[in-house]
Amino acid sequence: MDMDRMDRQASRYPPERRGLTAIDGALSLIAILLIVQMWLLTATLESFLAGHREGVLPAAAVSGLLLLACLGLYLFVEAVDRETRSRP
Amino acid sequence: MKLFRPSSREPLWREEISIFSADERYVNRRQFAKFLVLTSLGMFVGNLWILVRSWLAGRPIYPARQVALAGEVPVGGVKLFRYPGPEDPCILIRRGEDEYAAYSQKCTHLSCAVYYARQEDRLACPCHEGYFSVRDGRVLQGPPQRPLPRVVLRRRGDTLVAVGMSSHPEA
Repeated sequence: MDMDRMDRQASRYPPERRGLTAIDGALSLIAILLIVQMWLLTATLESFLAGHREGVLPAAAVSGLLLLACLGLYLFVEAVDRETRSRP
Repeated sequence: MKLFRPSSREPLWREEISIFSADERYVNRRQFAKFLVLTSLGMFVGNLWILVRSWLAGRPIYPARQVALAGEVPVGGVKLFRYPGPEDPCILIRRGEDEYAAYSQKCTHLSCAVYYARQEDRLACPCHEGYFSVRDGRVLQGPPQRPLPRVVLRRRGDTLVAVGMSSHPEA
């Protein structure tokens, strides 16, 4: 009974479709992180132009962390892409 | 991303340009992800650039420097000068017979040059319509969040001398 249900689910959500869903999720996360990074750059620039330098170093560190997160998600996208497309 | 690519069985072109239409969705998404990550790298480089500029600028020093002679500026008039460095424009305003005020001319919003609006008796930024009080430099209206830095003036005989900068409004 359970095997039947799993077979049905597997036919309804084939690996290609699951791969696409995972990639879409990762893309959404990257987009959100990018928006945060854009806001951070704008706020840092505005603060710097106003002569306030105390937040510049933390902002650069956080921006670097966001870049690393985006890079990790991109590697995930590439891995899912390769795994899904290499199936026979 | 060749750095992370395992020694692949497939040639590079086959991964980048698929000959199967069903794979197009994957290729497009992966390339879009790559574009987003490169944009993220650009944002990070921007933050690094600000950090480097901040480090290069160092801490300002405030030498005592003559700004104007006492009678040089008429009442209601202004004189532009640079303090403490040659790239720091400032504005001196004579509001009364013996009433002077001087501020940095860089708007605290996005560094546009402010000017003295005599009729309204306030400092105005023409870029985004920010207004500052001439009395103490605080924000009256508009997008700036911080007061204009005030140039500390001392009178030495017939001359007005700038001796420092202050970011806090003074009543």
